[in-house]
Amino acid sequence: MKTPIQFQLNGEDVATFAESGANLLDVLREAVGDLSVKGGCWQGTCGTCTVLIDGAPRVSCVTLAETCAGKSIETAAGLRRGADLHPLQVAFVERFAAQCGYCTPGMLMAAKALLDRNPNPTRADVVDAIGGNICRCTGYEPIIQAVLDASRSNERRRA
Amino acid sequence: MAKHRGRGVATINYPIGMNLGGDPSQALVHSNPTGKFTVTLSSIDLGQGMKSVTRQICAETLGVPVDDVYVDTADSDTGPHCMGSFASRGTHRVGNAVMAAAREARAVMMEAAAEELEVDPGDLETDGRGNIQVKGAPHRSISVRDVAIAAQFRQGKTISGRGIFLVPLSDVDPETGEMSPATCYAHACLVAEVEVDDETGEVAVLKMTSAYEIGRAINPKLVEQQLVGGSWMGMSHALYETPEPYYPNTRDGPRDFNEYLMPGPGDICPHDIIVLERPAPDGPFGAKGPGEMCANPVLPAVANAIYNAVGVRIDELPITPEKVLRALKARGGAPGSGRAR
Amino acid sequence: MLEFRKDIFADERDDNLKEVGQPTQRQDMLGHVTGTSPYYDDHRFANLLHLKILRSPYAHARIRSIDDAAAARAPGVKRIIRAADVPVNLNTLLSLIQFGKDDEPSLASDVVRYKGEPILGVVATSERAALEALALVRVSYEQLPAVFDVEEALKPGAVSVNAVYPKNTFEYYGKYDHQKLRFGDVEAAFKQADAVLEDRYQMSPIEHAPAETNGSIAVPDTNGRVSVYTSTQALFFSLDTSAKINALPSNQLHFIGGTVGGGFGGKVDTMTEPLVILAARLTGAPVRYRFSRHEEMQFGSPRGAERIYIKDGVMKDGRIVARQVRAYFDSGAYTRLSSYAVVKCVAHIPGPYTIPNVHADVFCVFTNRTPATAMRGFGVTALDFALECQMDKDAVAIGMDPLEFRILNAYRDGDMKAHRRQAKNCALIECAQVVAEKASWPLRDEFRRMSSRQGGGEHRTGAAAERTRAPAPAVPAATPRPAPASPQRVSYERPAAAASPSAPPPTQAPAGSTHGAPRFSSVFGTRRR
Repeated sequence: MKTPIQFQLNGEDVATFAESGANLLDVLREAVGDLSVKGGCWQGTCGTCTVLIDGAPRVSCVTLAETCAGKSIETAAGLRRGADLHPLQVAFVERFAAQCGYCTPGMLMAAKALLDRNPNPTRADVVDAIGGNICRCTGYEPIIQAVLDASRSNERRRA
Repeated sequence: MAKHRGRGVATINYPIGMNLGGDPSQALVHSNPTGKFTVTLSSIDLGQGMKSVTRQICAETLGVPVDDVYVDTADSDTGPHCMGSFASRGTHRVGNAVMAAAREARAVMMEAAAEELEVDPGDLETDGRGNIQVKGAPHRSISVRDVAIAAQFRQGKTISGRGIFLVPLSDVDPETGEMSPATCYAHACLVAEVEVDDETGEVAVLKMTSAYEIGRAINPKLVEQQLVGGSWMGMSHALYETPEPYYPNTRDGPRDFNEYLMPGPGDICPHDIIVLERPAPDGPFGAKGPGEMCANPVLPAVANAIYNAVGVRIDELPITPEKVLRALKARGGAPGSGRAR
Repeated sequence: MLEFRKDIFADERDDNLKEVGQPTQRQDMLGHVTGTSPYYDDHRFANLLHLKILRSPYAHARIRSIDDAAAARAPGVKRIIRAADVPVNLNTLLSLIQFGKDDEPSLASDVVRYKGEPILGVVATSERAALEALALVRVSYEQLPAVFDVEEALKPGAVSVNAVYPKNTFEYYGKYDHQKLRFGDVEAAFKQADAVLEDRYQMSPIEHAPAETNGSIAVPDTNGRVSVYTSTQALFFSLDTSAKINALPSNQLHFIGGTVGGGFGGKVDTMTEPLVILAARLTGAPVRYRFSRHEEMQFGSPRGAERIYIKDGVMKDGRIVARQVRAYFDSGAYTRLSSYAVVKCVAHIPGPYTIPNVHADVFCVFTNRTPATAMRGFGVTALDFALECQMDKDAVAIGMDPLEFRILNAYRDGDMKAHRRQAKNCALIECAQVVAEKASWPLRDEFRRMSSRQGGGEHRTGAAAERTRAPAPAVPAATPRPAPASPQRVSYERPAAAASPSAPPPTQAPAGSTHGAPRFSSVFGTRRR
């Protein structure tokens, strides 16, 4: 049984149909076609699928799509403005903060949630913000440095 | 009810490539009409940087800027055979195959340039910026772009090359084990400093200091990625990970990441890494491969550091707080606890 | 965080390079930070079906009957895939290089040998429909006794795990149940040693836990072939394995991959491609087989556990005079790659040290658990843990600093290794010295002056190689590779344009065939029949 669902995705209005009980991750990837959101565990424990819902980081694999009606969702696909990368993306690039890249979209969204509410985080703040995102490749240090770099970047835009 | 610090060391080497050899890789390199090159592989990038390392090796061998090279992989219709990405073989085997293909392509390119400039190919050199010039007379030059156009449309030459690299398979003597396991080895030494809490049994790794000898660092940032990421995985193996916590009893296996534990960003420590390079005679520019060895020394260095800190040997991994506490109890307490040993 | 010691071995390098050595940005970094790097599951197909697998709940059981009628009728189900549907339902991964016997079914039909072993597949219009249909399958099992401990599995009368290897060990050269290393005379050396230390080490299995689980999508293409988007680490390995199991010519498969969300060795086993290709061919539709995280964690192959016994004989002056190793690889229920790991383990013994007497026996053992596979450091990681803990114990036993102890015993250029090859291109000592300096670990002057390039030679192992040369008919002894008399100068000047296509880089000539020993594996080139 499919129900209609409408929400904002990266600033654009989106309308689609979702099976009752469908999770947001599947709706975003399969129905809407936003492949920037990745699935790692489908159990809500790895953070790979992190998106922002009304500014808060959420694991989309265990978020019921129906509960997102009317909300504003942000994914990694919406980070850049035209050709310009978001300061977080620039910082990840410069710090070589990705190897296989699979955790990167979720990691960026968790970091964005932090910087949007706390423009000058300490290292401990960053560690806390990404503590729910598993990375198997980098050992985390370059990611932490990238988030701190982005917070200091002069180019940082307001949401 | 105290925290005890200790340091431990490990020294290791690591064989490069599939054991005994017999693991070939092939590569194709060709120029497009305007002098940009594609490396065609079936090799796999798992995150270790296969696409990036082979790009730099190709550019160096051709004598062109790295921006003029693109690596295309992996498609079985177009990419020639590669054994795969494992056994720390990628840089060494695929890198060598790419070098061979790039050398062949370069040879044609230099011939074509020589014909345009009316000199002998041996008189020419690449400037690494997209031009080919006469040695000692750099004003007599031609761009790689123009050479590519001339080669294809006037001279009828294809600026392309093929390469394969194979370490021939070694025999093994079943009685003595005599064999040639590998043609080169990388090396490492790592010191770990830990802090052991004798009340909870928890072990925190405070600092790592290491030296890795890897033949040649094709790209220092990619090397750093492997060595930092690998040392995290080593710490994880040493202290956290198991899908069978009561091995060989199979009960209570983890089903998700709440139950399969790995250290998070709050558990990592500073790591000073020093890179040495003793080129392997058969490595591409001497390169070996750091991808696997970077986790290995951490496991024993941490175990040895725990012994140095609290005087207990734990020979079963992972070294959980439970194991530490049991060992301390059997020992009669941590050093300085006042109890008889 | 990372620095170079370019001064060390500088005379062996030409550092005049342009692109090599540069911290060039990764080719794929932009894709990673924009979420556009194309992993296998980032390809969309209309009417994609989903394959889910019924797995054994028991470690060892006979399958009495399977009733899948209700599952076949369940909503959304397009096809049931049974063992009888698999064209070639017995394989071993290294059969591609003629190593080992086919021992593992893609779908079990009479016996299951590990908890999680695949029995049956359901292809349905959604994962949920497939899982609900699986729940309707009724399997009747007769549970059998199981064995989980490697040493128990080797005792006479132990439960037999693998029908192809009934004594629970892989068979090497058609007659040996383990791999051996024999160099010198350890027994005599132990008698002379000032200290003898014996210990047991146990490494846990490890889950690869890549961020992306194993998976693949098979799509019937417009030419009657099947395209496969895959997370494999080895494209042609997986293609050829899939071709064999599906009885297809290799050029009927088009494998696309190359961008993988972490592997670490856990994506070499070709876990999903064979059955997903079968599903696509049987339904005529694109099919995805994606491991759930639970499947990846419990039924995807782990790094195999290893149990290692080490006995060292050490002199008061710091020399290790004998090392004896007995090790057991827990291969789980099937061979996969463990047979190869055992040889690699033997190849790594006794570590980067020159020891005149070395003796090793390494076993590949079958038990009723998830089959093991390669993982970062395959055949070496657990052994390094055991060896380096043992080194520390040795040092303590004779009252020597652990790092000086390692430097003393480290191999040097020209030393004879236990595999009867000369060591070359060594650098263990220099790594130790550099770390000692950086970490302020005190080393006495004589250890700070030692070098991998000095002091090596066959005198360090004496006549060890001769003492254990196996009796053989008149065949020439293996020729050790000549060690360089002085450091080699390696030049990377670009060659002048060659008139003819370049030959492949020089490879090491294989050692002369030793004592008529049977070949480990047959020649490449007959791989695709």
